[in-house]
Amino acid sequence: MEWRFDPGGAIYAQMVARIKEAIASGALAPGARLPAVRELAIDAGVNPNTAQRALAELERRELARGHAESFVTAMAALGYSGAELEAFLKNYIREKEEE
Amino acid sequence: MAVLTCRGLTKKFGSTVALDGVDITVEPGRIVGLLGPNGSGKTTLIKLTNGLLQPGAGEILIDGKKPGVETKRIVSYLPERSCLPDWMTAGELMGFYKDFYADFDRDAAAGMLSRLSIEEKQKIKHMSKGTREKVQLIMVMARRAGLYLLDEPIGGVDPAARDYILNTIISSYNPSASVIISTHLIADVEKVLDDVIFISCGKIMLAAPAEDIREQRGKSVDEVFREVFKC
Repeated sequence: MEWRFDPGGAIYAQMVARIKEAIASGALAPGARLPAVRELAIDAGVNPNTAQRALAELERRELARGHAESFVTAMAALGYSGAELEAFLKNYIREKEEE
Repeated sequence: MAVLTCRGLTKKFGSTVALDGVDITVEPGRIVGLLGPNGSGKTTLIKLTNGLLQPGAGEILIDGKKPGVETKRIVSYLPERSCLPDWMTAGELMGFYKDFYADFDRDAAAGMLSRLSIEEKQKIKHMSKGTREKVQLIMVMARRAGLYLLDEPIGGVDPAARDYILNTIISSYNPSASVIISTHLIADVEKVLDDVIFISCGKIMLAAPAEDIREQRGKSVDEVFREVFKC
């Protein structure tokens, strides 16, 4: 992504606006992966806490979801406990290895 | 706990007051810009933090301790001027840093050198000035330190080298460590800063998060700096 910032405004807000634009224009398709905090910070040349704040703001506005967290949250909402998820993942990995 | 705390910190050189009652707190996980014109006290503050100078009055604490042997374990310092032993090769230099600092990550340093196509057998005295500056920054950032003190890391380097330096600082970011960057080239660094400290004639003029300054004043940190320090 091409990053240019107006020096007279908060950078995190400009990053949110830029990513929103990319979602609206289809440049970021539904389900597309956003970069992790560090990658985003390096790509945009900004402070990692600023990149974190931009991603948190996108999540707060429900424009993005945390990857690892969303699986756990979704499964917990279906009534699975942490131990059950762990057992499920272990089984899944074993089956994949046997294939 | 704050990584760095200064209370009423004062330092005089003869009758010249270099630092005058400085109060500062730096929390973990912050990248802080120590911004001021030449001769404002930036380097004095950094040298007090790493124990190269002793305070005249007031107090300075790193992780709750006075600067000394214990704090040198966690403070990684990039001086204003190059201090590399230039008879060594890049590989020997890594061994030298590893001997001095238990937190030196040799693999990380070797990775950064190889990305710049610097060979371990290359002698420092055969490197260009720009390469030497990058090598020194790599040695400093390859430590897993709690506080990095970078004194004018982007003074006198070309724009490509400056981007490399800022990228290295961002990619070495660790939420439990803090970085203090002293500079007067504000436009170049302001995007990577969490907090800014304006210092003039040994006094703190302003200390605030960079995003707050931009949001509240509708101006870049660089513009605000020019206003505060208008001659």
